[in-house]
Amino acid sequence: MQVPLSWYLVVAAALFCIGLYGALSRRNAIAVLMGVELMLNSVNVNLLAFWRHVEAVAGTLSGQVFAIIVITVAAAEAAVGLALVIAVYRNRRTVDVEDVDLMKF
Amino acid sequence: MNFPQVVFIIASAIALGGAVGVVTTRNLFRAALFLVLSFVGVVGLFVLLEAELLAMIQLLVYVGAISILIIFAIMLSQRLMSSEFRAQNEQWLMALVTAVILFGLLLVVLLRVNWPTSPAEVPSDAISLLGQALVSPDQFVLVFEVASVLLLVALVGAVIIARER
Repeated sequence: MQVPLSWYLVVAAALFCIGLYGALSRRNAIAVLMGVELMLNSVNVNLLAFWRHVEAVAGTLSGQVFAIIVITVAAAEAAVGLALVIAVYRNRRTVDVEDVDLMKF
Repeated sequence: MNFPQVVFIIASAIALGGAVGVVTTRNLFRAALFLVLSFVGVVGLFVLLEAELLAMIQLLVYVGAISILIIFAIMLSQRLMSSEFRAQNEQWLMALVTAVILFGLLLVVLLRVNWPTSPAEVPSDAISLLGQALVSPDQFVLVFEVASVLLLVALVGAVIIARER
């Protein structure tokens, strides 16, 4: 094992926090979705790092299956999220999350 | 410092640099291209973790499909090369503080815990084992079917939401 587990975990944590910053701070809805994609990606790095360093002893593959399911959910999220963005743009001529406040109480 | 560690540092530099580009670039189209760069860096990390199938899936689904979808959404919703006047909202400073604090907390926890690692080899037929595990009734076939239903529902939902009435 030449690359320690903690290196992967630190990189994944950094990727998650950068994605979190992007999702919280951008005004454009598509940029918010890009931040969410970064966060999902870092989760996959974590899952595969734990699979490789902890689970591979048992010879089972649930870490990889988990990562595949996360990729599936991310694809579904991107498709529905971007469809929502396009629908909002068609109705209101903007994709700015601050201007879409119709349901804000 | 040996060869895998050098590759790890290069791949994570690509991933993190791309991610920083995504959240800081004002031009949305360039942010999408930085997102592709970040995904490619993550592919490098997957290869280093000896998850070759996942690396290829990542390349096909993220680099190939999701980034194209995002670029299409950008092109449908605004002028392509316009830089936004204000890309960040008013709470960006709070978001930055939140992200930095969360990173510090995660770092403290990650580096303090003694993870039970072990130097095991990945079985050489891991990809065919994964294929069998996904369809074998006593392992993950239910998860596999639920994922396929989820994809179908998301497909129908996306078409219905984005359709012009």
